[in-house]
Amino acid sequence: MTATDATPAPEVGIRPVEPADLDDIIALDTAITGIGKPDYWYELLHRYGTRGRQQRFFLVAVAEGVVVGYVIGEVRDWEFGQPPCGWVFGVGVQPETRLRGVGTRLLDAICAGFRRAGVTKVRTLTSRENNPILSFFRSQGMMAAPFIPLELELG
Amino acid sequence: MKLQKATELALYSVLEFAAHPTTQVSAAEIAEKYGVSPHHLAKVLRELGRAGLVESTRGVGGGYRFAGNAKRLTLFDVIELFETLGPDADGHEAATPGERALASVTSEIDEIAKATFRSITVDTMLKLLAREGRPADRELAVREA
Repeated sequence: MTATDATPAPEVGIRPVEPADLDDIIALDTAITGIGKPDYWYELLHRYGTRGRQQRFFLVAVAEGVVVGYVIGEVRDWEFGQPPCGWVFGVGVQPETRLRGVGTRLLDAICAGFRRAGVTKVRTLTSRENNPILSFFRSQGMMAAPFIPLELELG
Repeated sequence: MKLQKATELALYSVLEFAAHPTTQVSAAEIAEKYGVSPHHLAKVLRELGRAGLVESTRGVGGGYRFAGNAKRLTLFDVIELFETLGPDADGHEAATPGERALASVTSEIDEIAKATFRSITVDTMLKLLAREGRPADRELAVREA
């Protein structure tokens, strides 16, 4: 057992995002990515954070009143010619809270939402350089999807 | 990316040991299971031992035991012990436009393969094995019984 394992894990709750969470989320994302982008997050809150949406999900993990993780996604119909499925396009967990199952609980919660919305498949897209996130999704059982992402420099 | 036999054997061995972290697994069992010579396997296990991924105990009841961190150790960590990776791994540098164009395509494939191997930990592979019905586990469990 490592020292990290021995640290008692605080109680973590998962719930839909609230406007008051946004400062914590921006700080968390800035700590992870090194890039502060408050406008982006306010826009996401506007588009995904409104309760009552059936196909859009923006959930947070909260420990001792502080947001320690988030997940965002939505059900997209016929995206890339595929039948409706859930897409996770953002997930993040505070570095010091990782390896304690918070990411798993967030993914489980959004997948439950996807199931309630009537879909049976979840997909995501991530940079192949982002090994922590790639490893996380792999550890959850995700396998390569039948897509090849392409890009072109427009110069 | 085509893996050499020794690399595949190293991956199978690591998975066997990691699936039974408290058990000493004999090299003979693995050699028999994968149809390889004990001599060939011994060379692979020596390399894994040098990298600190397995520990060996001699004598009656001796064998090998997993010594890595299954949640951290990736397939790529094992592969790079046995393979020379990189754009000119075969020692041939693309000289003509045709070779360079083909190299740019094959390097795309290699980069995807490397990212895939880097993203899959031993722990994730063991979960995958469990989903596949874990025949390896069952076979060894029978031998242990």
